[in-house]
Amino acid sequence: MLTEQEKKIVKELQNNIPLVKRPFEQMARRLGMEEQELLDKIEEFRQRGILRRFGATVRHQNLGYTANAMVVWDIPDDQVEEAGKTMAQFPEVSHCYQRPTHPGWPYKLFTVVHGKTRAECEEKAGAIAQKTGYHNYKPVFSTRELKKSSMKYFED
Amino acid sequence: MHLDNLNRELLNKIQHGFPVVPEPYKDLANQLGIMEEEVINRLRAMIDAGVIRRLGGIFDSRQVGYTGTLCALKVPEDRIESVAEVINEYSGITHNYLRDHEYNMWFTLLAESTERIDQILGEIRERTKIEEILSLPASRIFKIKVNFKVAGESKC
Repeated sequence: MLTEQEKKIVKELQNNIPLVKRPFEQMARRLGMEEQELLDKIEEFRQRGILRRFGATVRHQNLGYTANAMVVWDIPDDQVEEAGKTMAQFPEVSHCYQRPTHPGWPYKLFTVVHGKTRAECEEKAGAIAQKTGYHNYKPVFSTRELKKSSMKYFED
Repeated sequence: MHLDNLNRELLNKIQHGFPVVPEPYKDLANQLGIMEEEVINRLRAMIDAGVIRRLGGIFDSRQVGYTGTLCALKVPEDRIESVAEVINEYSGITHNYLRDHEYNMWFTLLAESTERIDQILGEIRERTKIEEILSLPASRIFKIKVNFKVAGESKC
């Protein structure tokens, strides 16, 4: 769990870093800390797994990644773990999650497959099916982005 | 926005390796063989153009104490705008997409507790009059990787 001061640090760090010579010093000052203390804290957050990374979040659409498919897989219960681990190995798979099923929704494994076109994603998904031997899958494409924002924690 | 090679190189560097040091822009400038000021100007331009959505800390939602789920619902074609408006209002809903499936609206929801998640989903059901919302929280994460090499630089 985070202390109240740590929550404040998270809030500060999730904003855009100031475009000034000493950005961490400016942020540290707002937090009532020394620059070095903040730099150390960032490293500590990294080691504790709290900070996934510090850097840029880029809009894929603007950079040539025009298609991505959520490929969902219907996998027998006793094979989910193995299948998940195998699919995670593919470099074109950016996310691989296990999720619960529901009546009318049999798919346990969710992968996100990136490609430049829909056809390329379908091809990649097909290749994964071929290599893993799991053929009961469905690529579900996004047709429109209704919202995409970066999460801000501890703001409300 | 047109991205020249230098911008692409800069983007690739700052997605993974933004220098967490007292003078990060100077550090990047040295790596790229340009002036610190130019790094700052280029970053500002890419932020303004929306190429960079955020330049800061990306936190692990679980590690900061948040919990999340992926939700899907069936929205009649003529109600898409009004339902999206209700859903997108919630700051914990960071992504919302239309997808080519019977469950055509998919959104992610992060909140500080499962109770808060249930409360938000309850509000959405009530406000949209759509009873069935699949909530598919990840039970296991096999892979999560959010940053990709910038297209044009190398294949990934």
